[in-house]
Amino acid sequence: MKTILYIIQKEFRQIFRNKTMLPILFVMPFLQLIILPFAADFEIKNIRLTIVDMDQSTLSRQLNSHFEASPFFEVTYQLDPGQAADRMQSNDIDLYLEIPSRFEYRLLKEQSAPLHLTIDAINGAKAGVAQAYVQSIVRDFNREVISEWTPQLQPRALAAMGQPVDITFQNWFNPDMDYNTFMVPGILVLLVTMIGGFLSGMNVVKEKEIGTIEQINVTPIRKYQFIIGKLLPFWILALIELAIGMTIGKIIFNIPFVGSIGLIFVFASVYLLLILGLGLLISTFSNTQQQSMFLTWFLMVIFILMSGLFTPIESMPHWAQVLTWFNPIAYFVEVIRMVMLKGSGWADVRGSFISISAFAVVLNALAVWNYRKRS
Amino acid sequence: MEQAIWAENLTKKFGSFTAVDAISFTVGQGEIFGFLGANGAGKTTAMRMLSGLSFPTSGKARVAGFDVYKQPELIKRHIGYMSQKFSLYEDLTVQENIRFYGGIYGLSGAEIRSKTEQLLQELDLEWIAKSQVQSLPLGWKQKLAFSVAQVHNPSIVFLDEPTGGVDPITRRQFWEMIYRAADRGVTVFVTTHYMDEAEYCDRISIMVDGRIAAMGSPGELKRDNNVPSINELFVRLARHTSSNM
Amino acid sequence: MKTFWAFVKKETIHILRDPRTLIILIGMPIAQVVLFGFAITNELNDARIAIFDGSKDPVTIEIADRLTSSGFFQLAVELKDESQLEQAFRHDRVKLAVVFPPEFQDHFFREDSPQIQLIADATDPNTATTLVAYASAIIRQYEQEKKGSATLPYAIQTEVRMRYNQELKSVFLFVPGVITIILMLVSAMMTSIALTREKELGTMEILLVSPLKPAVIVMGKVIPYIALGLANVAIILVLATTVFHMPIRGSLPLLIAESLLFILTSLALGIMISSRVQTQQVALMISLMALMLPTILLSGFIFPIENMPWLLRAISHIVPARWFIVIVKGVMLKGAGMAVIWKETLVLVFMTLVLIGGSVRSFKLRLE
Repeated sequence: MKTILYIIQKEFRQIFRNKTMLPILFVMPFLQLIILPFAADFEIKNIRLTIVDMDQSTLSRQLNSHFEASPFFEVTYQLDPGQAADRMQSNDIDLYLEIPSRFEYRLLKEQSAPLHLTIDAINGAKAGVAQAYVQSIVRDFNREVISEWTPQLQPRALAAMGQPVDITFQNWFNPDMDYNTFMVPGILVLLVTMIGGFLSGMNVVKEKEIGTIEQINVTPIRKYQFIIGKLLPFWILALIELAIGMTIGKIIFNIPFVGSIGLIFVFASVYLLLILGLGLLISTFSNTQQQSMFLTWFLMVIFILMSGLFTPIESMPHWAQVLTWFNPIAYFVEVIRMVMLKGSGWADVRGSFISISAFAVVLNALAVWNYRKRS
Repeated sequence: MEQAIWAENLTKKFGSFTAVDAISFTVGQGEIFGFLGANGAGKTTAMRMLSGLSFPTSGKARVAGFDVYKQPELIKRHIGYMSQKFSLYEDLTVQENIRFYGGIYGLSGAEIRSKTEQLLQELDLEWIAKSQVQSLPLGWKQKLAFSVAQVHNPSIVFLDEPTGGVDPITRRQFWEMIYRAADRGVTVFVTTHYMDEAEYCDRISIMVDGRIAAMGSPGELKRDNNVPSINELFVRLARHTSSNM
Repeated sequence: MKTFWAFVKKETIHILRDPRTLIILIGMPIAQVVLFGFAITNELNDARIAIFDGSKDPVTIEIADRLTSSGFFQLAVELKDESQLEQAFRHDRVKLAVVFPPEFQDHFFREDSPQIQLIADATDPNTATTLVAYASAIIRQYEQEKKGSATLPYAIQTEVRMRYNQELKSVFLFVPGVITIILMLVSAMMTSIALTREKELGTMEILLVSPLKPAVIVMGKVIPYIALGLANVAIILVLATTVFHMPIRGSLPLLIAESLLFILTSLALGIMISSRVQTQQVALMISLMALMLPTILLSGFIFPIENMPWLLRAISHIVPARWFIVIVKGVMLKGAGMAVIWKETLVLVFMTLVLIGGSVRSFKLRLE
């Protein structure tokens, strides 16, 4: 036990003496935490719409003003559909709506008139939402037109346009629909994962690279003592970072803490054992810090992309969802959101907890087994 | 004389390459035993097997009375080791390095304090005890590494080319330190490719291509082979084997 | 010239001799394209929902059935009591709950506005909005079928055309981003580390005292990375067109030429970094922080730039990736030619020149 303390003391000294390590540990994570939620805003708004109004009638102008009043669109005008298409090609606009000439006339005389909507669909999800917004504005506008022109028709018409069933909806756990509330807990997971995974792995490889590991290996120190001594400082640091991060989340982003903070920390401490084990395992496969860095980076990118942090896991095909059972980040992202935002308790996260504990045991066992004092 | 190191047919193979080929020798307590050879002759591999860093492929060996196969951890308690590559922590201070290794070897706080004081005094490094090791010249670093290797008072010290790249004066001082250790009864097992250093040893063995080509005290070897210096003997042995190949 | 190629050969050998890094460099684009193509979509399928049916009459059962057979939703729990709602969100991880009041059918046919309550887990606001929209649409559809819609006068029909990506596949959005990130990684990060390594190991000194001009040395070092970058572009394009049936609507030579330009910009960035730092570790960290993060976050790859606060939007203008992504999207998916993307191209050319100018200066400074 005393031996481990000597190693821990040495590790902390080295960490705090390292001019590159310190900013990585203490500045970068919080910069990330502060910048990411602002950058990572998927909310679809500020859609750039161009209206090509070839009718220039009272009616078409009324429609235009409906779009201008919508908070979702930034409206510009063009006179020629060809120009609008060009602007879409050069990425200046997201969609354009053509109001054909004689739109008002046809609607009056022929009882029906078309509008043409062209959407840049490279971002499929955004295109879908933009379409829904446009159509709902057009529908509202249409209803106004009908009730204005045929007042006697109004009740039946409205019924036929179909809203007899009253669909109400509530947004639980995040009634303001604040995107930060969703992102910040996930980013906290990234933060502790980076510290635990990247730095611990690199730190062990560093001793290999500079040769000090030889000197350690000829001492009677036990494998487990060395490993615990090397990893524990990062375990402690990551938990401290989590605490600071949560404070920032609370103060700057006003994230609610519905559930138990203790539960999050209990989960985080086991999760970190898992991540540290992973870092250690990677370090046993690498000879240089560069290799360890690349390997970790490769794994992290895959884990992060498939963690449900940015895109929902439910959207993935079945095989990919099965793969996420082996993705530690996915577990913690889900649990931290459940506990922080919904107030889930121990019983709700027990399953995830057992899974990550099992992974932690397996990974650490593999790492210790693969770490050799002797060749 | 009691045997500090005893090896019989000790062999290490890496795949089809035999790095150390059935070497046998003994080293007595308090002896300074030099292991000579060209780069790649198998000196370091032999030393790594004796110090518990590497498993022998076959053969037997006992170090400080313990078996290299069964009791490597007990061996580690009784030996000190200084590797080719400088292996103290550059970003820790002199004092912190001593304290760290003392702690690793299980010394008590009081022991560490008195040991630190003693080592700093011996090395005349008290005035820079709180400087980081990276700011020290190489010679001082090597002397410090040698002292740190003995922080737990081992009965045997393994030194792997301890004087590589060091100036002649520091080399001289380093050998004085080795003698002082031997006077205290410490067995010193040292590899080197400086032939002049071989003359300082009580006994030497010359390794060529994984085998021991000659062994004995420097005087004996020179006399028996009728050469003016160990250097000459070494060149002859090395040429002899390569012409055989 | 001969010495120059000898130099290029040496650098190539360095790269080839570290198979682990090489596998990652080649494997990374493949893994990312495949992941983005198959696994990572922002389309929603099979969202877990809970249903509390207070009526259990034919209408509610059919609506519930419509919801669960739509492909968008899967029934995770059927609630016995409204008080279990909370539990369903917390424990069963449902994303949406549908609540039918008692005697729904009677109200439905009497047309006195029966109420369906949709409760969304809004921790993820986007998913919540989308799920509510999907569920409402399904319910409305059912309603129309049951009651038939009277033909209305004065109907405006909106015809919608989804351009460039009719099937709304998300791989279309991600491939340009993946190309950008990989090129940044290979060209900027790898070169900055490779150059710094020579510095750290002291081999740079030896090269600098050789009769080769510094510019030639740097060129020799970076040429293999240009090749590696182009190889990566080829791999990604082949995967995208064959596996994901993405079109290349514009000119392929133009696309490759623009990629080469971006590789040069990234190389210039890498050289710039290496001319200012001393150790690999620092080079690595700066590459990660100053190159990779902005490339991922501020380029419009994943997150729309127009949503960002003004400060981040302003910063995004100096991120080369932001311009390159527009170029790739334009040429590949929109069939744009030089006439459309000249502005972005010019920005990249300008950035490259500035960066090279800057690093040549600091290179000279170091030599004196």
